[in-house]
Amino acid sequence: MDALNALIMLANFVLIPATAYGSQLALGALGITLIYGILRFSHFAHGDVMAIGTAVVILTTWGLQGAGVSFGVLPTALLALPVGIAFTILYLLAMDRVVYRFYRRVRAKPMVFVMASLGVMFVTNGLTRLLIGPGEQRFADGARFVISARDFRTWTGLSEGLALRSTQLLTVVVALIAMGILFYFLNRTRSGKSMRAYSDNEDLALLSGINPERVVMITWVIAGTLMCLAGTLYGLDKIFRPFTFFQLLLPMFAAAIVGGLGNPLGAIVGGYVIAFSELGVTYAWRRFAGYFLPPDWMPEGLMQILPVDYKFAVTFAILVLVLIFRPTGIFRGKVI
Amino acid sequence: MNPTLRAFLLFGLVGLALLFTGFNQSWTLALTILNMSLISAVLALGVNLQWGYAGLFNVGIMGFTAIGGLAVVLISADPVPEAWSAGGLGALMGLALGAATVMAAIAVWNRMQPSLARVLALIATLVVGYVITRSVFAPAREAIMAVNPATEGYLGGASLPVLLSWPVGALFAAGLAWVIGKISLGLRSDYLAIATLGISEIVIAGMKFEGWLSRGVNNVAGLPRAVPRPVELQGSGFVQSLSERSGIDIVEMASIVEKLGYAALFSVVLIMLIVLSELALNSPWGRMMRAIRDNEIAARAMGKDVKARHLMIFVLGSAICGLAGAMMVTLDGQLTPGTYEPLRFTFLMWVMVIVGGSGNNWGAVLGGMVIWFLWVQAEPLGRAVMELLTSGMAEDNALRIHLVTQAAHTRLILMGSALLFMLRFAPRGLIPEK
Repeated sequence: MDALNALIMLANFVLIPATAYGSQLALGALGITLIYGILRFSHFAHGDVMAIGTAVVILTTWGLQGAGVSFGVLPTALLALPVGIAFTILYLLAMDRVVYRFYRRVRAKPMVFVMASLGVMFVTNGLTRLLIGPGEQRFADGARFVISARDFRTWTGLSEGLALRSTQLLTVVVALIAMGILFYFLNRTRSGKSMRAYSDNEDLALLSGINPERVVMITWVIAGTLMCLAGTLYGLDKIFRPFTFFQLLLPMFAAAIVGGLGNPLGAIVGGYVIAFSELGVTYAWRRFAGYFLPPDWMPEGLMQILPVDYKFAVTFAILVLVLIFRPTGIFRGKVI
Repeated sequence: MNPTLRAFLLFGLVGLALLFTGFNQSWTLALTILNMSLISAVLALGVNLQWGYAGLFNVGIMGFTAIGGLAVVLISADPVPEAWSAGGLGALMGLALGAATVMAAIAVWNRMQPSLARVLALIATLVVGYVITRSVFAPAREAIMAVNPATEGYLGGASLPVLLSWPVGALFAAGLAWVIGKISLGLRSDYLAIATLGISEIVIAGMKFEGWLSRGVNNVAGLPRAVPRPVELQGSGFVQSLSERSGIDIVEMASIVEKLGYAALFSVVLIMLIVLSELALNSPWGRMMRAIRDNEIAARAMGKDVKARHLMIFVLGSAICGLAGAMMVTLDGQLTPGTYEPLRFTFLMWVMVIVGGSGNNWGAVLGGMVIWFLWVQAEPLGRAVMELLTSGMAEDNALRIHLVTQAAHTRLILMGSALLFMLRFAPRGLIPEK
């Protein structure tokens, strides 16, 4: 019984939240890795474009709520998602047209692209704040829990409760669907194959008659969809704040690098690795240990390896380990 | 146009803009801008050293600035004897044990043959070291933070002259940069960017959380001044006579004299750094650095140790960032870990270097001054523009109120556009590299 209680507690505080957070990171990291694979630069505006896409979703949600539209038990934000995705894609395509295309033409060094993406980051950050302000916004509605901790306890008779928030379930389901479609697209369709070919060997792809501008456009469309999805899911599950989204840049990049830059499967694995380590290391294991250790063996403190304030340190430590021992990432990304 | 003449003209324009601010707004504001733009110029020099000379992309400027600022507290603040007796020894021992753990782990890794046993030994060393360190450190930390938490609750500093903290701040940043550079240089250039982004977030998290060291979000206020306070200056005969002769109020005059004092100090540092950077740039060493930047493979073929040179310049540039961070905290007279944010402390510096002209020290300095001026003045400007744009709407129009209250954020858009515009149409900056 103790073991079962401990397991439930672990699921409640670590496994479920980490799976949801990992899915959000994975969606973000997929975008980063795709942009890296095709356009060959680190897209620093990723977090901020996520933020502006989510801001549009939030504004649309408020509009829908104001008009009395709701989506039953599901959050209204899901209805607003298409608007946000369309906006994010158009925004990215506009930025590509105004900013990045020129540098592709002149075959600029990757660092120039990165620099340009810093400019885009600044502009996007300003636009987001102008649009919705720098503060926190909540926009989740619909049913709050799929299983609430109290219901779970009465059903099972266990002393530990297991809560599954609807946003967590939604995150995982949406992320899995999105990943499924993405992999089908990359492996089975003509456009997806041309994207992979272009990522593998640009010159060879050009010789085979693949239109690079079209590949780039598809990349932005996919990345924009993933970014808006990731941002909205994160905002629903946790909170929306422009600065928090900017800070997601580090775990998302870490996920992409840990998995192997340019490798979509790696980005997903990387996302979960980062999320599980972050939550595992900052979780207070004291009560968990209480189920196994005899009382007089119990240590004094919370048994928390690192305080939550240092969650970036966890991401960073994993990143450093990967950089030292396996710079190509777990799944052998493109190049080092 | 002759590049020298062009540089003079551009610097003249910055001077005019400051004078204009002085006459139209206030001299205190103009001097405040001047002081921060001098610090920004120092920072831009540091970033330019890394980017312009070596093509290293550092996205962790905020972290190096912050750790330099921490040096001011550790050097110049008054020590807290109760805190030292409560847990000073424990904290120091904890730090030493932590360092010993890391060294032991490195020794294990280097001494043993590659095998599963090596991995297990490494993990065992780290776990045992962590548990021991924590058992010594955690109680000491709590004890220190419990000492008079409303005003102290930290170890304090060494009560040494505040100017000494500037080189120490540079040393702190250099040490941090050495560790980061050792790990991530020699890999893809993007990896350095991500690693520095990470370390800067951790430095800030550490300064916010480690109250025993920096009082965290409670801030350390009342740090010793490098220049006498305005209140003290009001009593001096010199300031009083200046005030009488110029007809400026004594309170304002004292504040102006204080700010001029800081401006003089900062100018001395800036000029020294420019001279050193220029000498370095035109020396054989500078030529080698540019050769490495322009063609790493060729430089390596000529027998240059690219990674070691990159590490060296990364440490030097970060040290300058640390120095600027210490200057900034000295100017403010307080350390406020909560106010460090990456847009302002990292990415704005990049706008400065790109707009000013990467690879050219004068360009970086100019960029620092121009962009800082714009950054400060864009806020009222943005509000004025928004008010003008929305003047057709009703006074209580929700959109109008929203746009006017959020107008401050237009400066981010302005900065981003400036960066994008320069990158596209004048990638070599306002004062291009020769």
